[in-house]
Amino acid sequence: MARLELNNLHAEVAEGDETILEGVNLEVQSDEIHALMGPNGSGKSTTAKVIAGHPAYEVTEGDVLLHLEDDEFGEDIEIDEDQRTWNLLDLEPNERAALGIFLGFQYPAEIEGVTMTNFLRTALNAKIEEREELFEDEEDDESDAADDEGFESSPMEGPADEGEIGVAEFQQILQEKMEQLEMDEKFAQRYLNAGFSGGEKKQNEVLQAAILEPSIAVLDEIDSGLDIDRLQDVSNGINALRDEQGTGVLQITHYQRILDYVEPDHVHVMLDGQIAKSGGPELAEKLEDKGYDWVREEVYGTA
Amino acid sequence: MSSDQDHLQETDTEARFEFKKEENAAVRSGKGLTEEVIRMISEDKDEPDWMLERRLRALEQYHNMPMPSDWPGMPDLSELDVEEIIPYIRPDVDKREGVDDWTELPDEIKDTFDKLGIPEAEKNALSGVGAQYESEVVYQNMQEQWEEKGVIFCNMDEAVREHPELVKEHFMTTCVPPSDNKFAALHGAVWSGGSFVYVPEDVTVEMPVQAYFRMNSEGMGQFEHTLIIAEEGSEVHYIEGCSAPKYGTHNLHSGGVEVFVGEDAHVQYSTVQNWSKNTFNLNTKRAICEENGTMEWVSGSMGSKATMLYPCTILKGRGSTDTHITIAFAGEGQDIDTGAKVYHNAPETSSTIESKSISKDGGRTNYRGLVHIADGAENSSTAVECDALMFDNESTSDTMPYMEIEESKVDVAHEATVGKIGDEDIFYLQSRGLDDDDAKKMIVAGFIEPITEELPIEYAVELNRLIELEMEGSLG
Repeated sequence: MARLELNNLHAEVAEGDETILEGVNLEVQSDEIHALMGPNGSGKSTTAKVIAGHPAYEVTEGDVLLHLEDDEFGEDIEIDEDQRTWNLLDLEPNERAALGIFLGFQYPAEIEGVTMTNFLRTALNAKIEEREELFEDEEDDESDAADDEGFESSPMEGPADEGEIGVAEFQQILQEKMEQLEMDEKFAQRYLNAGFSGGEKKQNEVLQAAILEPSIAVLDEIDSGLDIDRLQDVSNGINALRDEQGTGVLQITHYQRILDYVEPDHVHVMLDGQIAKSGGPELAEKLEDKGYDWVREEVYGTA
Repeated sequence: MSSDQDHLQETDTEARFEFKKEENAAVRSGKGLTEEVIRMISEDKDEPDWMLERRLRALEQYHNMPMPSDWPGMPDLSELDVEEIIPYIRPDVDKREGVDDWTELPDEIKDTFDKLGIPEAEKNALSGVGAQYESEVVYQNMQEQWEEKGVIFCNMDEAVREHPELVKEHFMTTCVPPSDNKFAALHGAVWSGGSFVYVPEDVTVEMPVQAYFRMNSEGMGQFEHTLIIAEEGSEVHYIEGCSAPKYGTHNLHSGGVEVFVGEDAHVQYSTVQNWSKNTFNLNTKRAICEENGTMEWVSGSMGSKATMLYPCTILKGRGSTDTHITIAFAGEGQDIDTGAKVYHNAPETSSTIESKSISKDGGRTNYRGLVHIADGAENSSTAVECDALMFDNESTSDTMPYMEIEESKVDVAHEATVGKIGDEDIFYLQSRGLDDDDAKKMIVAGFIEPITEELPIEYAVELNRLIELEMEGSLG
């Protein structure tokens, strides 16, 4: 079990004074699906990016905590009691990823020349390695430092058996997950998101989550730009994350549509950098019917 | 894992390229460029008179030509004082023409090439190897099967003695005359070492031949000459590698390369240049292509303080083809000015130029290229693509693609991109678990991927490795 906790989170754009988050409080834990809704500019995407550690935002107040239980990463990694709560704001984005945070991007980057297979295997191995470093006993530090002096082989041309997950083993994992998402196997050899359609990119974000097996996945408008068939594939993928891996999902969306396929346990409405209202699935339906004005009126009172 | 890969795993640039050996010279010229020095070099080599005459003529041309200074954006050569360079050092080895057994070399020289991985590569993937230390080729060997087919692979000094007719006809005459530029003239005066490759009609040399050039001594100049003659229907791939330890004073490398591609012949010339960052690298490389011949230049420029190198192909015969693939990497204090030149002098000729350059920590790269399509070269085509990636705002990258098109029935394509490595791209990869360094390495590897995928695998691995080593310094 893992639990992500946002406490009174305030953030602004790093180069400028514009405040975007004005005290967000939110908790997402394993096996739960949360929907985060709200009008444009209310701070939803910023919340997602701050959780993942985007350098363009500066946190001015509050915490982003991740609580882990001792068996979160299986039997191989023992989590001591003093290592069960992490302040994510002290960590690099890749360290957050190693602890099980995943951000599904609204606009995924296109990286030319790097195949999906190469990228995903590198990411998976990097995550495993980083996790080992984060949880290793302190007395081991010295011997590890000596190891680190050697050159670490690069992702681009290392030998086939390099890393925790070898090429052959990874191919199998990838093939399985792609079948689940009904993705064409040709994707594996395409360059990461390069020339992908909007829908393919979103599908690819879910595929990456399926392979990296996060504890908490924040999915930023994963449903935008999807046709109905692909919306179903993507929804199946998100449900599988929760059902098969116990991932806690924070799903940012504008539309009720995806919530018909991925039924949320909790729905939150964001207004002006704060969570203005929380409720069950019925809240999303009401928003779909009536828009956000009534929430605003309820929160601020009528003028 | 093979020992070859072990070698590639070795991390430290110091250990791999920058180790220094005690200088152990049998003969060492004085500094600078005088007739006396030229005569001494020629005499030490026991050269025929005609070669001495060519040297002296080149020396005269050198003195009569001004230093190039009017090129827009050219690297700063003001710190290069040719008069302070030692042009000729003959290492102290027993056999003047080079041995064909590594164990016969003096320990410090054998050890040098061991560290550079040359004997290992020879065993695994090459048809022949030449190794030059300072001014002379100290090792030369080729598999017997090629010798039996009439292939010649020997050092250039030996070629002057053993194959005078071929050398007289082709050496700095029609391809790279000393009058071409000041450094070609310099080269013609003081050249020493290098390779001579002759491939008879219809012979395909299946595995590449490689030459490795090593400068060990401080303040020296290396001026090797490479002459490749590929007869009708033949095929050969020549690879050269170069490196030197770093010193406080400047070294000069000014090589000359001449390639004659016969009818229907195919020559690939690949270079991995990793000179130390006190080296001025000013070369002239040119190929002449007969009917339906194919010339391919592959260049990786990682090292040197300043490089000026524009491999040139003259498409002389109808239907001949040229390909240029160039990767340049400039770090702190480096100015890599490189590109391509192609002359389409016959109909139905085609050329493709792909250039990728990366600059970081204030380094500068420049693509400088010229494509000339002559009047009458109908139905010719050229495609030029140059992309530049910068790591930071301190680094620069320029693109100077010149086109001179005199013929109207031609197909000309040109694309260029210049960009800074994207913060959003780095964050995306980081959010998946890669640390900052690995994210940048992955983006750079992807950037050059379209080029590396066209290269022989050993070469691609070596190139990636060198780029990583370059990046280690700034990222680590």
